[in-house]
Amino acid sequence: MHLDTFIAHIEEEFDGLPKGTITGDTAFRKLDVWSSMMALILIARIDSEYSVNLTAEELAEATTINDLFDLVKTRVAV
Amino acid sequence: MAIFSIPHVKLAGVAATVPRNEVSNMEFATLPEGERKLFVRTTGIDKRRVAKPGTCTSDLCEHAARELMAAMNWQPSEIQVLVFLTQTPDYITPATATILQAKLGLPKSCMALDVNLGCSGYPYGLSVVAALLRHMPGAKGLLLAGDVSSACLSELDKSTAPIFSDAGSATALVQDDNAAPMHFNLETDGSGYDAIIIPQGGYRNPVSAASLALEEESPGIVRNKTHLIIKGINVFNFSVVEAPQNIRALLEHLNMEREAVDYYVFHQANMVINESIRKKLALTAEQTPLTLGRFGNTSSATIPITIASELHAIVSQKPCRLLLSGFGVGLSWGAVVVETDGLLCLPVLEADL
Repeated sequence: MHLDTFIAHIEEEFDGLPKGTITGDTAFRKLDVWSSMMALILIARIDSEYSVNLTAEELAEATTINDLFDLVKTRVAV
Repeated sequence: MAIFSIPHVKLAGVAATVPRNEVSNMEFATLPEGERKLFVRTTGIDKRRVAKPGTCTSDLCEHAARELMAAMNWQPSEIQVLVFLTQTPDYITPATATILQAKLGLPKSCMALDVNLGCSGYPYGLSVVAALLRHMPGAKGLLLAGDVSSACLSELDKSTAPIFSDAGSATALVQDDNAAPMHFNLETDGSGYDAIIIPQGGYRNPVSAASLALEEESPGIVRNKTHLIIKGINVFNFSVVEAPQNIRALLEHLNMEREAVDYYVFHQANMVINESIRKKLALTAEQTPLTLGRFGNTSSATIPITIASELHAIVSQKPCRLLLSGFGVGLSWGAVVVETDGLLCLPVLEADL
């Protein structure tokens, strides 16, 4: 599991966001295009790409893309 | 696991009634204008039906039942089993099934009872009616299922109001020695009971004056304690894990390939959930008819509405093997494999209700 691919997946879900806007340090909830619906969209994409089901509480604890990446990484089946 | 088969009961007829009043989420004031497009694209829910104030689920089901019985040439006097499956009954007491027995002119010899289930309810309801009819030679039964969810949610709550839609359905079953068995896999996890809940107004938390105070939980979510709450992410995680597992286990038990089923009719929750389940089971869009765009999430009526809307011409013409899968509030979920032969299915009905 690579950060670049992870970011590419996430970026695809943020409609209209120019490529390269998101980095590991991006606080995703601070993005203009963030809305509560995005939480469900991210959880669905992570489930579909990595077969990892994050809870609402786990998502709430993540601030940056790196936080999210680390969380998913520890849960991906080896 | 509650995996079992019920022989000698035929699925004979399906009808569903929606209120004529259609609301568009693209014009729904509770959704901020900038979020509407994303909402519709993500949930797949564009239009939904909203009943008139005072219309109950039983009114919509009564309409569907009358139309279905007339189309099938069934006399009310022949019905021996009536199950009304809803979370929006007419009264807390008595059961609404008894009221429907009288309204529909069913005989006093008819047994009638309510079942309190929502999105998982259709397979459950079929199992109850079929199990009751099985040992009653030639007997006829009705499953009436649906919800007027608009009556129990807050119009000012963007996490519930734009998802749910109102509908009632009627399904006719008959004891028939030549009918192929129905195969069920029904499951429950009550530890998630608060994922979808109306917190007050029952007997655990009786309604009080404070229950009715509107509160802003977060921007766009204004509701009181008698309104429906959904923890969307919990429901997503539960649905996309349990529904596919439940279906895989049932097909495995039956030694049945996925291709042996003509259509998989899923509860219409929202597009994110339905698409995730479809992909996990490697099913095609053709195998999994959708009605979310036009009828939204109508709770236990989504499966009969989808059959009526998308499959009525097909099931009326040729025998079909259907897998019907419901999942949601409870938490409760289940599936049934049913073989239809000459199923009388009406197109979706509209009523001024």
